[in-house]
Amino acid sequence: MKTESRLEKVLASGNLAVTSECGPPRGALPDKVREKAEMLRGYVDAVNVTDNQTAMVRMSSFAACVIIKQMGLDPILQMVTRDRNRLAMQADILGAYAHGIDTMLCLSGDHPYFGDHPQAMNVHDIDSIQFVQMVHQMREEGKFMGGGDILNPPKMFIGAAANPFADPFELRVARLAKKAKAGTDFVQTQCIYNLDKFELWMKGVRDRGLHEKVHILAGITPMKTAGMARYMKNKVPGMDVPDEVVDRMAGVPKEKMAEEGIKICVESIQRLKEVKGVSGFHIMAIEWEQKVPEIVEKAGLYPRPENL
Amino acid sequence: MEQFEPVVVAFCCHYCAYTAADMAGSKRLAYPANVNIVRVPCSGKVDAIHLMKAFEKGADGVYVAGCLEGDCHFKNGNTQVARRVAYVKRLLDEIGIGGKRLEMFYMSAGMGERFARIATEMTEKIRDLGPNPVKSALNKKKGKAVA
Amino acid sequence: MITAERKPLEEIIASVKPFQRILLVGCNECVTVCAAGGRKEVGLLASALQMHFMTEGKTIDIKEITLERQCDPEYVEELNVHMDQADAVLSMACGCGVQEIARRYREKPVFPAVNTKFMGASERQGVWAERCQGCGDCLLGLTGGICPIARCSKRLLNGPCGGSTTGKCEISPEVDCVWQLIWDRLKALGMQDRYEDITPAKNWQTGRGGGPRKIIREDLAE
Repeated sequence: MKTESRLEKVLASGNLAVTSECGPPRGALPDKVREKAEMLRGYVDAVNVTDNQTAMVRMSSFAACVIIKQMGLDPILQMVTRDRNRLAMQADILGAYAHGIDTMLCLSGDHPYFGDHPQAMNVHDIDSIQFVQMVHQMREEGKFMGGGDILNPPKMFIGAAANPFADPFELRVARLAKKAKAGTDFVQTQCIYNLDKFELWMKGVRDRGLHEKVHILAGITPMKTAGMARYMKNKVPGMDVPDEVVDRMAGVPKEKMAEEGIKICVESIQRLKEVKGVSGFHIMAIEWEQKVPEIVEKAGLYPRPENL
Repeated sequence: MEQFEPVVVAFCCHYCAYTAADMAGSKRLAYPANVNIVRVPCSGKVDAIHLMKAFEKGADGVYVAGCLEGDCHFKNGNTQVARRVAYVKRLLDEIGIGGKRLEMFYMSAGMGERFARIATEMTEKIRDLGPNPVKSALNKKKGKAVA
Repeated sequence: MITAERKPLEEIIASVKPFQRILLVGCNECVTVCAAGGRKEVGLLASALQMHFMTEGKTIDIKEITLERQCDPEYVEELNVHMDQADAVLSMACGCGVQEIARRYREKPVFPAVNTKFMGASERQGVWAERCQGCGDCLLGLTGGICPIARCSKRLLNGPCGGSTTGKCEISPEVDCVWQLIWDRLKALGMQDRYEDITPAKNWQTGRGGGPRKIIREDLAE
């Protein structure tokens, strides 16, 4: 084992891992964090805690991770290169590790253009791949990016994002290879609605043996309404929602849409379970965390492994 | 108070609007004497500074008359000046003169009626808008010089 | 070249309002090429300001002059003969020119009439786009001659991110995804293999991160 991460143990045991996410509140509301995380207890192996997602100010991922850790759950510290330079990032990694947070996700982050502070200077001192390299070096060599020795180096289990649906498609496997080379242990993918395209990407991944270097957690997001499906199809960059999915959501009465969304999501998981190289699922139920237990159960991913 | 007689400057392309003005004359079509024609070899020859200086020197209204779209003798002088006119209109708005005092028109050499109609309409529009606000300052300056 | 855009008239008017005699100074270099502060724009601005103040019943004296280069002391010297007759200077040069005037004429207020934007190139008539951020350590040799620092919204040295869609950046369909451009170019050059080399974290010391910069050429410096 490279780390103490529970997620690493689950993946090493050969079980399909399940992660979900918790978006911290836009206010100093610790109970809100607890409330969201509590819904996930027992149903997931680790909880991603987003870092100013969509470039909107929220409680810091680090602080919310500490709250979740204190609840006896396993948080995944998300961190974006948009808001911090390499000094701040390394400092927060040390701090988080000192609080027992041992798993993180290295991202570049949504551009401030999309958020509530478009006036902000975006930092981007390093990019997501260099970020992975940095955390890997901290763990494996016990050195800061600047070369200095770290006292008690943080041993982070290192995650990154992968979007099989962005362009150019022909680079998407190569980009995963780059992330693997940089030292990524696991990736969580963009929400998958176009399963054919995902399977095509996975074939490319397997052809290069990348699934043996990096654990791939397939990203799943249940749709609440047909409107949400349309919005994701048309407005969210890098999202691939086929017409069939939109039509299927739109084809049921309004009061049945949520149910249909969950059904689509469970069917997707069932199909993706059969795809060689998929090591688990990352269920992103945006502001709909209470549905995660149901999805996990219906998808046959419950109970979660214990005593690893 | 005597009636306001606007001074209108029309930059007319030699190949179209200027000939159209001739045509209007020979057809005995009346148009206001307020319109002062400046003949240019192509409407595209009219620069932003010419338009500005016309207003600065006291014109109440200015327009550029070029060939119909696609018919410019020099390929696209008319469309180029149209963009310049749009730019100067915004500038005139910014400084409080008003972009409405400046316009762009297109016509062919044979359109004597159109020339006369535009000259009349533009003069009436400027009459409604009233004098160029720089004029009062200009008059004051002249008065002072005389005194 | 360095690109610039004229400031809103309202802002320019407010800055020169307290003064009677204005020296309006253009520059024959970059700002002439990008049509922001050359001789033509100096003429237009002078006329616009003059008219504006006339509508307020006031006439001001504007002396128009366009220097060969406003960022070079020897050309700025040409203003000496006009400075006595000026209460304030309004500069249409980039920020470098404004500062050179401020440095040379310490007791004279100087105001910028343009916003200096970026180092860029002309994409077509009337359109200029950012090309370089002067990082001080050019990496164009690695990226097919296309700069991700200046042209990627997230400055990714190992792109593209997950927001690249049909060759466009996630922030706007008007912005090209520079990593799509780089990839296309690497392919055209038969250099696809290079893509998987990880470009290490940038040393920003050679850029603005290292503080204000200076070049000293020993063989030329006096």
